[in-house]
Amino acid sequence: MYARREYCINCHLCEVYCVAAHSKSRDVWKAFKREGLRGTHRLRVEERRPESLPVHCRHCDEPQCVQGCISGAMVKDPETGIVYCHEDKCVGCWTCVASCPYGAVRPGYRNGRPVALKCDLCRDLLEPACVAHCPNRALVYEGGTT
Amino acid sequence: MSAIRMNPPEFRVVRDEEKCIKCLVCVRQCGFEAQQYDPEEDRVYSLDENCVACQRCVCLCPTRALRIERNPVPYKLNAHWTPEHIHNINKQAATGGVLLTGMGNDKPYPAYFDRLLLNASQVTNPSIDPLREPMELRTYLGSRPDYLGGEKDRYFGPTPLVPIETPIMFTAISYGAISHQAFEALARAAKAYGTLFNTGEGGLPEDLYEYADHAIVQVASGRFGVHSEYLNAARVIEIKIGQGAKPGIGGHLPGEKITASIAATRMIPEGTDALSPAPHHDIYSIEDLRQLILTLKEATRYTKPVSVKIAAVHNVAAIASGIARAGADIIAIDGFRGGTGAAPLMIRDHVGIPIELAIAAVDQRLREEGIRNRVSLVAAGGFRSSADVVKAIALGADAVYIGTAALVALGCHLCQKCYTGKCSWGIATQDPYKTRRLNPEIGAERLYNLLHGWSHEIKEMLGGMGINSIESLRGNRLHLRGVGLTEAELKLLGVKHAGEGM
Repeated sequence: MYARREYCINCHLCEVYCVAAHSKSRDVWKAFKREGLRGTHRLRVEERRPESLPVHCRHCDEPQCVQGCISGAMVKDPETGIVYCHEDKCVGCWTCVASCPYGAVRPGYRNGRPVALKCDLCRDLLEPACVAHCPNRALVYEGGTT
Repeated sequence: MSAIRMNPPEFRVVRDEEKCIKCLVCVRQCGFEAQQYDPEEDRVYSLDENCVACQRCVCLCPTRALRIERNPVPYKLNAHWTPEHIHNINKQAATGGVLLTGMGNDKPYPAYFDRLLLNASQVTNPSIDPLREPMELRTYLGSRPDYLGGEKDRYFGPTPLVPIETPIMFTAISYGAISHQAFEALARAAKAYGTLFNTGEGGLPEDLYEYADHAIVQVASGRFGVHSEYLNAARVIEIKIGQGAKPGIGGHLPGEKITASIAATRMIPEGTDALSPAPHHDIYSIEDLRQLILTLKEATRYTKPVSVKIAAVHNVAAIASGIARAGADIIAIDGFRGGTGAAPLMIRDHVGIPIELAIAAVDQRLREEGIRNRVSLVAAGGFRSSADVVKAIALGADAVYIGTAALVALGCHLCQKCYTGKCSWGIATQDPYKTRRLNPEIGAERLYNLLHGWSHEIKEMLGGMGINSIESLRGNRLHLRGVGLTEAELKLLGVKHAGEGM
């Protein structure tokens, strides 16, 4: 997955749909209004007008977040190569946040406890929600292992 | 001192607070600062007086929490002094300036397309199913000889005919009036569908020369971006005399819009106003026009047909006859509904004539004079659907230009604020924060789809009439009938009233 800087329009809808995709209801309104998930997006749009760009996980071959994780929550799936966080194991030490060279892991809270928020490429969906909902095709998903 | 704001907001933003999740997409996308966020109060709110109803926020809101409404103006009812007149007077009383606007004439003048109906075959002649039988939409633009071998008799050499796969082309919209992204989308779609786009008067950007084979390049009164390579790369050269939205008026692209790239394309210094004079200062007669036509043909070694574009005005038939005799291969006529990036409101709304009457008059005149074969007739100005296209061709056009319809396909919602350069849809703006909103890849696909859809509909309509080629429909006014038209209108259009037989 990669972002095309020339087409990112700074709408932040990727963040909105990221939150919804990682909610219980999978519904934008419910995720924001009922589940209290506002701000729990895993990719983040950086802006310096006129430009903007979503910063997202690269799913590195040798992920430093996984190496640094003290609780074994952060793992890299050996089959798909997707780096993701077992949120129930995360203790919120933020080693991953500090060690990610791309700034792609965010410290956050979900269900009342601290968790590292990071992209899992919407493992259970056909296509990451951010890619599917980008109104200007600024996000491209090609699959693969990296 | 702050003056009283005499005009109430034209629109109001209605936000459903229950639905709003405060994602702020509306605030980030509004090109007119109508949507605001106050972080101190964590409050999303609107400045209604800034809203132009472009619908950008409405279309992007993920929870559909937004609606734009017309703001009711509770003036005492007055059929003569409408709110529009009052508001315009207030604007001018405050500024002393000319009222500007964008897009085409929006006044309720009659639309003759809506008073014309098409024929269909029943029993005595078979209709054709375009999905099962061949249906030809390809047409050729250019000058045909008077008789076989007749081109030798002409003073100037023949120019080749240009095939287009559908009788729909993209009209002249310059780079500068619209963003590079929008311009590129038009070029890509024209190439993909096998039709032509028109550069407008602002030249062809260096990086889009790969599409030049599908370009009609304009030579306008400002001569922006005209050079030998530009002329020779094109498929067709068009001399722009006039524009339907502002007949008799020149153009003015303000210096703020002249970015480095636009300046390079137009061959003018960055940041200077691009002024197009009202007339070509070397064309004061048909003879002068002939000189320019022949100059352009000489410059391109008679390999490009030359088109002359005029606005539909009162004496259009006689002018068109002169243009045909001056050696033009194509005459493009732009009706009073034609769009623009900026025009004085009074000109746009009160000058020119409907394209339907102009096509009929020109086609009739050229036929009567026996010179209809010398030119292709391209109609422009307010084509909203494939039915409009079919009716124009039946009235005598060879092909049509679409402009507004193409921009709508790119996202335009006709807010008519092109002249401000703030377009929220990234079309009529050069602001790099906004131009990126139009991904040319998506734009080209949507334009291609539009051409495909309209072309399919045209095939169906032709099939219904029992015709299998668009060229058989051209000027075939027996396939048209008028409804609710006066004797004079029917006579001018050359059609019978509905109910009359063959």
